[in-house]
Amino acid sequence: MHIHDHDDDHHHDNHFSPMEARVRALETILTEKGLIDPKAIDVIVETYETKIGPRNGARVVAKAWAEPDFAAWLKQDATAAIASLGYTGRQGEHMRAVFNDGETHNLVVCTLCSCYPWSVLGLPPVWYKAPAYRARAVMDPRGVLEEFGVTLPADRKIRVWDSTAELRYLVVPERPAGSEGLDQEALADLVTRDAMIGTGLALSPEARA
Amino acid sequence: MNGPHDLGGLHGFGPVAPEADEPYFHAEWEKRALGVTLSCGAFGAWTIDESRHARENIPPAIYLAASYYEIWIRALETLLARHGFVSGAELAEGRMLEKGATPKRVLTAEMVPAVLARGGPCDRPLDTAPRFAAGARVRTRNVNPATHTRLPRYARGKVGMVETVQGSFVFPDDSAHGKGENPQWVYTVVFDGGEIWGEGAAPGLTVSIDAWESYLEPV
Repeated sequence: MHIHDHDDDHHHDNHFSPMEARVRALETILTEKGLIDPKAIDVIVETYETKIGPRNGARVVAKAWAEPDFAAWLKQDATAAIASLGYTGRQGEHMRAVFNDGETHNLVVCTLCSCYPWSVLGLPPVWYKAPAYRARAVMDPRGVLEEFGVTLPADRKIRVWDSTAELRYLVVPERPAGSEGLDQEALADLVTRDAMIGTGLALSPEARA
Repeated sequence: MNGPHDLGGLHGFGPVAPEADEPYFHAEWEKRALGVTLSCGAFGAWTIDESRHARENIPPAIYLAASYYEIWIRALETLLARHGFVSGAELAEGRMLEKGATPKRVLTAEMVPAVLARGGPCDRPLDTAPRFAAGARVRTRNVNPATHTRLPRYARGKVGMVETVQGSFVFPDDSAHGKGENPQWVYTVVFDGGEIWGEGAAPGLTVSIDAWESYLEPV
């Protein structure tokens, strides 16, 4: 690593952080070798910034709330039901949907790395990949939920799904009271990313308004 | 391996710190790190299991202090060197010194949408029947391999119930080490909180893992 007291000797990268310099060097070498296309990186970034994000999952949940047949399909074959809305691909190849109800709250974690259903939720937030969540979700889920401002009834069971294989889990939160009569786009507005991980609940229409 | 990645049940990391309106990226280099990692994955030179194992092998003190994109980049450097694409000397100098290995494919901008939409399915057909059925009581094996495994430490040697037979999938413990796909049946196995955490376990807690068949023995 560079010694910052001697920045004058390092004009080529002295305005970069160590990680910036490291990634820039790697990209430069790979580009010089013809192994990567920098424009491909731009397309990947744009895809996950603008096209593949939690709105996908919110539409899946809204449709499940509105259409019992779709909910049954989602429960039976989530990969196919979700693909019918056009959401497929990387880190969503093998989907499972788990449904919250009055008895059980579902919470998803990957204690071993950062497995996350990209096709419906996009890129995972930093906390999902960081040690505190990965360490505690399986042991102290109520304590974790409190840190998200969620307090469940004392008798609510909690099921934690540790994503140790290639199945990716989408939590279908309970449909909030007062959402009758909303169309699916309005319902999707109530479905937060965290509600689909299990660290949140769906918003009430008043909270959203 | 019993590496720094296997975090379930560890204490001392403090509260989870969710960030309101978190951006997808916290620095420009994170965007490039994502793109470079996915682009190099498209070479077809290593499996997702080998890349996970490269991340697990980062020394614990570094792993636990690193952001996740830093973990990715450190592991990617290891994989690129191992497979002959970029040498350690090149990484140190920050420029190309020799040509290196040729990948099966180079991901171009035009290819990205189709490649992302296809993903990398890892279910594989098996002509043997699953050993366990839904409802079966099973015990996870108590093993401590120095190699890659997806059986977390907190769930070893524990009795649970097979909830669902999920299908047959590439076996990561072999795939991570170039030993082939050797698919096995995968089961969702659910444990009572008390079985895993013992006295003081959170009431009403159940935890499930997705376990390959060879992780399990009948009870």
